[in-house]
Amino acid sequence: MSSDGTVGRGPGASPGRPDPATCAGVVELVTEYLEDALDPDVRARFEAHLDDCEECEVYLEQMRATIVAAGRVDVEHVAPATLDRLVAAYRVAVRARRNPDAHGA
Amino acid sequence: MRAAGRDAGRRARDAGRGTPGAGVRREMRGTGVAAGGSCDALGGSCDALGASRRTDDGGPDRGGGAARYAAGVAASRDDLFQPTAEDITLVAALRDGDEQAFARIVDELNGPLLRLAGLYVQGRAAAEEVVQDTWLGVIRGLDRFEARSSFRTWVFRIATNRARTRGGRERRDIPLSALLDPADDPGGPALDPERFMAPGEQWAGGWAVPPHRWAPDAETHLAARETRALIRDALDQLSPAQRFVMTLRDIDGWGSEEVCAALEITPGNQRVLLHRARSRVRAALERHLAAADRA
Repeated sequence: MSSDGTVGRGPGASPGRPDPATCAGVVELVTEYLEDALDPDVRARFEAHLDDCEECEVYLEQMRATIVAAGRVDVEHVAPATLDRLVAAYRVAVRARRNPDAHGA
Repeated sequence: MRAAGRDAGRRARDAGRGTPGAGVRREMRGTGVAAGGSCDALGGSCDALGASRRTDDGGPDRGGGAARYAAGVAASRDDLFQPTAEDITLVAALRDGDEQAFARIVDELNGPLLRLAGLYVQGRAAAEEVVQDTWLGVIRGLDRFEARSSFRTWVFRIATNRARTRGGRERRDIPLSALLDPADDPGGPALDPERFMAPGEQWAGGWAVPPHRWAPDAETHLAARETRALIRDALDQLSPAQRFVMTLRDIDGWGSEEVCAALEITPGNQRVLLHRARSRVRAALERHLAAADRA
């Protein structure tokens, strides 16, 4: 959230930390929540908020949907010609290691 | 479990080109995210919240050597970079001349290495040269890998060294951890502060403009391919550091520890970049799907 830290830092917030009882705080904490990195008491308050706040529940599910959708973006594979070149170089190096006295690696 | 997840991922990749990314790998890891299920808002309703809130969605990898990181306890820096049993096996295979193992690791790391190079050098050709040099360095250096770090950490260090050398005077002195420091990242709010009630208002911190619902019929406006293109565009708008972390985590399917070990950054720093990236990509999807609803 904003770097001045005013939004989402209500009376329930620890110093410098977002307040999970507020919607703005939930938005700030959502990644830590999904990473299982929240302290247990903060997580409990985060989940309690979600129990009462449909909009935040929607936001959380949209975050999950975003992650799932990102997972479908095609992975770039190495070009076959590039891979062949590298495997060839690897093969040469392996041979050279096995036959250090051989000529021309 | 971590090893099984990687093997499953490799099987998915080996199954053919254009293999779907992290969504499939996460399913195979058994983390409970159902790519085709109720949270598949961009092909289905986002209102059916079926999955439990504690779904392990890209969360800490709980298998094998990563058990050290259970409960989010910060590991010591040395501990974070220890090679896993899988690393040891992999390096032994590579030293033994296992070409398939080599081809697999190239296919797995080439994309991430290109992105890493892109943090330092300009243009695709320059990045490809850096990565080519990196692989040659890996091949030549296999005998010297002393397993004081994870294999990926070692490969990424080689790449970082090559990239810094190639990156010119401006970038040469900048370690990767500095390029990925959230303090230097153009952060800004995850969401426009105007979405919330201001301090002093009656519902301070509550939603002023709630998230736009992604109605079930949004999918009729959006083919899956459009969604993928949209996400790619949204990723392109991110800062390089944000794009790098989110791509590793959510597209390549790396776990949190793998990313931290390879990039040698703290879990906290990684999370900040990931948070900013995901927040922005969600916002881009929301804009698009809200517009689609009105169409």
